[in-house]
Amino acid sequence: MVKIHERKFVSCDPDKCVGCQICEYACSWTKEKAFNPMKSRIRVVRVNQIANMAVACRLCEEPACIAACPRDALTQSEETGAIIVDKDKCNGCGWCIEACDYGAIMLHPESKIVYVCDLCKDKPDGPQCIKWCPEEALTLVTSDVLAQKARIGAVKKLFQEAKAKK
Amino acid sequence: MFAYAGKILRVNLTTGKISTEPLNEELAKNYIGGIGLGIRLLMDNSKAGTDPFSPDNPLIFATGPLSGTMGPTAGNGYAVVSKSPATGGVGEAKAHGFFGPDLKRAGYDAVIITGKADKLSYLWIDDDKVEIRNAEQLTGKSPYETDVAIREELGDYYIRVSAIGEAGEKLCRIACIINDEFRAIGRTGMGAVMGSKNLKAVAVRGTNDVNVANLDGFKEFVKMIHERMKGPATKKYKTLGTPENVLVLNSLYALATRNFTNSQFEGAQKVSGEYLNEHYVKKIVGCATCGMRCDHIAVVPEGPYQGSTSRLEFECLWSMGPLCGVDRLDAIIEAMRIVNEYGMDGISIGVVVAFAMDCYEHGVITKEQTDGIDLRFGNAEALIAIIHKIGKREGWLGNALAEGVARAAEIIGNGAEKYACHIKGLELPGYDLRTLKTAALGFSVSFRGACHLRNGAYSPDVKGKVNRFKIEAGRGKLIADESKMYNIIDSLIVCKFSRGTYYDGWKDLANYYTLATGIPMTPEEMAKVGDRIENLARLFNIREGKGTRKYDTLPWKIKNCPVPEEGPAKGVAVNEEEFQIGLDDYYAVRGWTADGVPTVEKLKELGLGDLAYIAEKAMQGGA
Repeated sequence: MVKIHERKFVSCDPDKCVGCQICEYACSWTKEKAFNPMKSRIRVVRVNQIANMAVACRLCEEPACIAACPRDALTQSEETGAIIVDKDKCNGCGWCIEACDYGAIMLHPESKIVYVCDLCKDKPDGPQCIKWCPEEALTLVTSDVLAQKARIGAVKKLFQEAKAKK
Repeated sequence: MFAYAGKILRVNLTTGKISTEPLNEELAKNYIGGIGLGIRLLMDNSKAGTDPFSPDNPLIFATGPLSGTMGPTAGNGYAVVSKSPATGGVGEAKAHGFFGPDLKRAGYDAVIITGKADKLSYLWIDDDKVEIRNAEQLTGKSPYETDVAIREELGDYYIRVSAIGEAGEKLCRIACIINDEFRAIGRTGMGAVMGSKNLKAVAVRGTNDVNVANLDGFKEFVKMIHERMKGPATKKYKTLGTPENVLVLNSLYALATRNFTNSQFEGAQKVSGEYLNEHYVKKIVGCATCGMRCDHIAVVPEGPYQGSTSRLEFECLWSMGPLCGVDRLDAIIEAMRIVNEYGMDGISIGVVVAFAMDCYEHGVITKEQTDGIDLRFGNAEALIAIIHKIGKREGWLGNALAEGVARAAEIIGNGAEKYACHIKGLELPGYDLRTLKTAALGFSVSFRGACHLRNGAYSPDVKGKVNRFKIEAGRGKLIADESKMYNIIDSLIVCKFSRGTYYDGWKDLANYYTLATGIPMTPEEMAKVGDRIENLARLFNIREGKGTRKYDTLPWKIKNCPVPEEGPAKGVAVNEEEFQIGLDDYYAVRGWTADGVPTVEKLKELGLGDLAYIAEKAMQGGA
């Protein structure tokens, strides 16, 4: 099993995200061969005009969705940490949806079973949402890299502010 | 059908009858969608002489063939078409954001709404399930409050809502329709038509797929446009945004100031795009499927309007800023926010207020008549106070101004019509037509009244491609050619900010259409559709008695008040002679008679032979 520190997931930088939903369209097109944000594995939330962010599966350690499934339909990929849905076992009861803190696992409007980001495992160039995002707001990162980025950003800001005060 | 939903929804608010019918493929190809399809449906579904506020006046919501696809900027649009209460002719406007694609996914290329609900209602379109619901609890609410309340009532955050505010409910003729907080179906008073039907909002949830004919080809095309959007063609919109125009036009003596009295504004720096971006713009966000983003969200950081937030583009910044002599961006942002709350056309409202200020300064209206508001040019508090009165139709003056400048001037009398800057009843947008004379001609012949977006006629002037201080033969062709392109842009409903990315013009747009719909379309055929739409709209105006030469006019001030500023533009105004030469030139290029009526021959060539009776009647003096 890939360790939590090495697990890469699709992360969105809210400072860069403009709420354009291109990730949703790219996802539905890649996975469903149709344009339909209702079938996207990544979803955009616009809380207000300034606060925009796309949300996809975080590949949690000990995922709540798996724990919640009464039919053992969900497992976690040894290789990537992505959540795998057993289409034969899932009956769309929605316990996993309730369990997920991020709203990242959803009920498919047609198949009526749950679906979730699989990191575009069939695509050699990885998640298509990342490839299409015109703002480069999406990245495939580990939690370590996210922490690094935040840390570096915070320190830079601190020094800039200190400089500005001088 | 690919890309099209293939279906039209009909709703009669009087009887409650709801029905659908298939979209005829020939109609689709001949009119594309958006305003083209909308104006044809308006023509075919209304009788001559219908009052814009009559239940019989159809209010048409139309998507474009690309709505709901991933087409950059094209995936997200919708248009509203109806007979305009401002002009009495074609009313139409487009909005982007997030509403359009849901309407397409719900399964409709157009929604034709007629009748009048017996109480304030909203239309709830949930895919195939359509119902008229009570909206009395939403009376007086802003479009955005309505949006939030409906999503809460229906229990789905992702429902999209297009709604009117108090101004629409009260039939202000400058009322607009707003979706996604500040994306507006802005011009020609479509919000008032909606209000006349007791229709507060249209809410929609669309869950169906939108499929294109050639998925791989479409994908490549989209990728190409995305790449182009990273380049120079869209740079303006991604950096300073349209407010960049403030200093550009000011340097050209084309920044109309104090109701078209001056052509330069001494406060231009303080309301410039540069100043706005440095001090107020907090973030630039985008609409669905847009690869460029342009929405400059401005927030006032301090002072009496602290926290006031609004999207701000050049036109509204100009109308409520320089045109009213106001040089305070904090007040302009607040004014914009209020205008969106009432649901009014952000261009028209500024021109209306500037008109009132001009009247006030000239003693045409008194302080008693303004209910004590000191309506001097440059008084930002007065601007905000009078906007409230107009939005609520409060007091004698607020009520008069809510009618738009043309009707307000009639109500006020006392020579007020000299200060009313409108064409065909629609208020002028932000270009000084005295120093941009191609624009003067282009705006005068626009089928929806004064408008910079029916043929982009300001562009050759601003770019220095012509002598902008003069109207001469040749301008007619410039205007006619561009009008075809603008008609297609509004029928595909691609955003006009993206127009620079279609490097190959007609070839790109025709290709885009065919990749999506699978319907063959050559560049020549598409240009012809653009011409067809222009003639169709002209015919509608003629049928309504508003479409001949005598309605292609310019405001009094543009002809009679020469530019006062020292410099190259001093003394310039449009004279009657050059203007009439311009009209002759334009009509000849279009294949219209000297009275501005399309000839039967021209109409037959365009496949509009079935409507030739309108032209024939006009030529016999019937219109």
